[in-house]
Amino acid sequence: MNEKNININGEITPPDKKNIFFKSVVGFLRKNWIGFTLLAALFAIIFILEQVLSSSSMLFVVLKKGAIYALVAVSMNLLNGFTGLFSLGQAGFMLIGAYTYAIFTIPAEARTAVYQYFDGGIINFTVPVPIALIMAGLAAALFAYLVGLPVLRLKSDYLAIATLGFAEIIRAFFQWDKLGPVTNGSNLLRRFPVFSSTLYPFIVSGICIAIIVLLINSSYGRAFKAIRDDEVAAEAMGINLARHKQLSFTVSSFFAGVGGALLAMYQTTVQAAAFKSAMTYEILLIVVIGGIGSVTGSCLSSFLFIASSEWWLRFLDSETYIGSFKLPLLASGFRKVVFSIIIMVVVLFYSRGIMGTNEISVDALLRFFRKLFRKDSKGEAA
Amino acid sequence: MEFLNTNLPYILAGISVGGQYALIAIGYTMVYGILRLINFAHGDIFMVAGFAMVYLSASLPLYISIPMTIIITVVLGFAVERMAYRPLRTAPRMSIMISAIGVSYLLQNCAWYITSGLAKQYPTIPWISESISIGTATTKIVTVITPVLTLVLVIALVILIKYTKIGMAMRAMAKDFETSRLMGVKINSVISFTFIIGSFLAAIGSLLYFTNYATVTPIAGAMPGLKAFVAAVFGGIGSIPGAVIGAFIIGICENVIKMFGWTTFSDAFTFALLIIILVAKPTGLFGEKSTDKV
Amino acid sequence: MKRAITIILTLCMVIMMLSGCGGGNAGNVIKIGVYEPSSGDNGAGGKQEVLGIEYANSVLNSVEIGGKKYELKLEIVDNESSNDKGPSAAAKLVSAKCSIVLGSYGSGVSIAASDVFGNAGIPVIGVSCTNPQVTEGNTHYFRICYLDPFQGTVLANFAVDEFKAKKAYILTKLGDDYSVGLGNYFKVAFESLGGTVVEETFQEGNSDFTAYLTTAVNEKADVIFAPTSTEAASLIIGQAVSQGIKIPFLAGDTWDSSVILDAAKGSDSKIFVSTFFDEGDDSAAGSKFVTDFKKWLNDNPEKLKNNGGNDIVAAVSALGYDAYMVAVKAIEAAGSPDPKKINEVLWGVTYSGVTGDIAFDDIGDAIRDVAYIKSANNSDGSWNFVAIQSVK
Repeated sequence: MNEKNININGEITPPDKKNIFFKSVVGFLRKNWIGFTLLAALFAIIFILEQVLSSSSMLFVVLKKGAIYALVAVSMNLLNGFTGLFSLGQAGFMLIGAYTYAIFTIPAEARTAVYQYFDGGIINFTVPVPIALIMAGLAAALFAYLVGLPVLRLKSDYLAIATLGFAEIIRAFFQWDKLGPVTNGSNLLRRFPVFSSTLYPFIVSGICIAIIVLLINSSYGRAFKAIRDDEVAAEAMGINLARHKQLSFTVSSFFAGVGGALLAMYQTTVQAAAFKSAMTYEILLIVVIGGIGSVTGSCLSSFLFIASSEWWLRFLDSETYIGSFKLPLLASGFRKVVFSIIIMVVVLFYSRGIMGTNEISVDALLRFFRKLFRKDSKGEAA
Repeated sequence: MEFLNTNLPYILAGISVGGQYALIAIGYTMVYGILRLINFAHGDIFMVAGFAMVYLSASLPLYISIPMTIIITVVLGFAVERMAYRPLRTAPRMSIMISAIGVSYLLQNCAWYITSGLAKQYPTIPWISESISIGTATTKIVTVITPVLTLVLVIALVILIKYTKIGMAMRAMAKDFETSRLMGVKINSVISFTFIIGSFLAAIGSLLYFTNYATVTPIAGAMPGLKAFVAAVFGGIGSIPGAVIGAFIIGICENVIKMFGWTTFSDAFTFALLIIILVAKPTGLFGEKSTDKV
Repeated sequence: MKRAITIILTLCMVIMMLSGCGGGNAGNVIKIGVYEPSSGDNGAGGKQEVLGIEYANSVLNSVEIGGKKYELKLEIVDNESSNDKGPSAAAKLVSAKCSIVLGSYGSGVSIAASDVFGNAGIPVIGVSCTNPQVTEGNTHYFRICYLDPFQGTVLANFAVDEFKAKKAYILTKLGDDYSVGLGNYFKVAFESLGGTVVEETFQEGNSDFTAYLTTAVNEKADVIFAPTSTEAASLIIGQAVSQGIKIPFLAGDTWDSSVILDAAKGSDSKIFVSTFFDEGDDSAAGSKFVTDFKKWLNDNPEKLKNNGGNDIVAAVSALGYDAYMVAVKAIEAAGSPDPKKINEVLWGVTYSGVTGDIAFDDIGDAIRDVAYIKSANNSDGSWNFVAIQSVK
């Protein structure tokens, strides 16, 4: 306790911190009221679209999956972009979240069918969906805390490879036969409650991302950034490295777990085999495209990423004829080639991604458009 | 003796796969030693070598297709460094690692596109694909050749690094990148040379590996690549003998694990080993202790 | 300049988004979705199943409903043999407004996408997904092949009858419902016949099977039962040959593929598979299908390549053909392209196909009681017919 008060920069004691946190919330809301109005408008538009368009439209597929990936990407960004911890364990924590959610929400009457090789499993109760979502996060966070104890002492690439290794170990563990009565071995988990409205993932992800943003804007967030920019200097300034890294890692994993649970709901089935390191790489690429260190960038790029891979570039996969002329190159898998070339171009030539470390805010948008039109009119004049 | 007789096949398989991991691991460890870069694409270069052989041997005789495969692999390794890593030389380490992941993604997707996602049968290379009996076990000749060939190549490599000018330059760069640049080492050509050696060994490794496990898929390189990397870390990244010993240990361990019936965990065990070594001795078995300079 | 590019790109995206919203059933076309793998583990088999469907479509590509002629169009997607890629491929079929869907090869992907089709109210006819979970507990998934409990029992009986097997080594792939399920049913049946089993599993991406095969030898197994994808199968056979393993292999319908024949050719391995259909079928419908299908394959080099470069008729192609014909029957019976109506009438549809008579029971499974056992002929790379086996 004492130690805290003697810190050179007079680190604030807990009650003050809470107060400031609260104030910052109010200030944040007041400052960004236009933004919130826009957000509300966005939700309204999605709601209306859902009433108007047929529910099978690819648009909703993209929106749902995009919202989920946005949450996961932001949670990864909190680690990689804001704290400078290069972790590649995201898929593992998503797996824990997805499984926790599925295990505790499969209705009792469906268990015999789902756990058909394990006599209906050993868990015979269900919890309500919101609680299961939080449990998914907590399970992932708890595990992250335990993993973090040894692993977070490692530096950059060693940390990356160790977290990647942990994700693989988790995957093997969940497929273990002996755990079958809980995890259904390596078989699919299904029949748990899922969402049908596109608004659902938007609201859950929205709340989670808002909490992450608040964290980033708090004194903790500033400490994270200090660690990212220079560990030694941050330590000299009295930031407890181990504690802050641990916090960032645990919080990030909490939201990855929630994201995993949402992904399970979206896919309607869960299987450990799907949470490969390729999934982590995909999320990492989303973060990079959006800009490492930009929350809005991550959100934007996850929608772009999902839309391109699931929808817009799909036409590249099917053989197309214009008249009797067969377009060359188009065949199954071409979409992914084009896609990975785009990614390489972004990585090599636009290494700051779409947003760099900037955020989209209402002010910035206004400024952007003003500048744009001024420049255009100048161009016309000349 | 009875125990050895029944379990000899596991150990033979372990030694053989260990030798193949070793050939890949050297590529990782050399690149890491000089550039401090985990070349995630290395496993995929190994995979491309497999496909190159599949397609070349379909129309060309083996004595042409094998050298061609090696040349293609080497050119690919060189090109990857040139196009994906060199532009980022001054960028933060995280970006260059992400670029490596991007290259890996690209190579896998290209392979997927070209093969339309189907597994390809690897051509049979005469003599080394034949079966021989060792004690109670029957196996392919390649199983026996792999460790021998690996050791020969490693000794040649160590001699190269110890006694040639370019080897000296490599050692200098591994010690201190900036100073060796100041001393007039042509860093770009040395780095290219490192990638060439790494890809060459990966091509040899792929010939041996796929002769044993005769199916090539677009993701065939991912797991061996990752395991070879673990081997490199285990032995102390940057150290060539370390990588080789690490690879043999991992190859044998994963087969012994299967011997005990823990098949679900044979991959997980490799990573558990990695984490234990990272936490207990981050520099690996033979790694040099380095201090971070502020 | 950069800004101009940004604007152009944004415009492109908006246009793409708008164009993506359009589409649907234009004119007198009924779309039949094909949800099959053409890449990944099961790519080779999935392609052969699609060939059967495409051939059926070339035989019969229109249907008359209420005096109006509708063109039947196939909408083919690739589920990449992967449970996580499957649902989005299925979503594409749903958004293309298919009236009925056929597929898939592989039970896992079928289960994974089941809800996507179910929520959209589109009926699906499973072609060769043999796991019971596919049709259980829903009303939209049907299937025309036999089930794994049946297949497992048949193979267990065969193992005991043919090889007097006392001990079986079962090798399955983790996370593959087909493999794990069939392995489990074989185990249950084999144990009830008085045998013992040793079970092991392998991870996705594993290519080193020597350790597994050594275990089988050390355990002195009489048969090796390996219900795996063809990709793993060719590795297993290759490594068994080089290790000089003489234990006979038993496997399910997936191994009925020319991939297996290629891997075993010239060796002395003994391979037995159970399957849905035999090329040498001498029934009128069966032999006509085989001749015509071979002709069609040989006329289209591209299709022949998809069949693995030869004109051996895979059982899944025959099943694909039958599934398509059942779908057409259902569309005719429903008298409408409306998926809900088709779903309702499907329960009562009966059809005499090349793989036998098809009628659905109250779970949605075809009532079938025979399986064909074939063995690989290692000298000329073809299948030898062994027996028609049914459960005692």
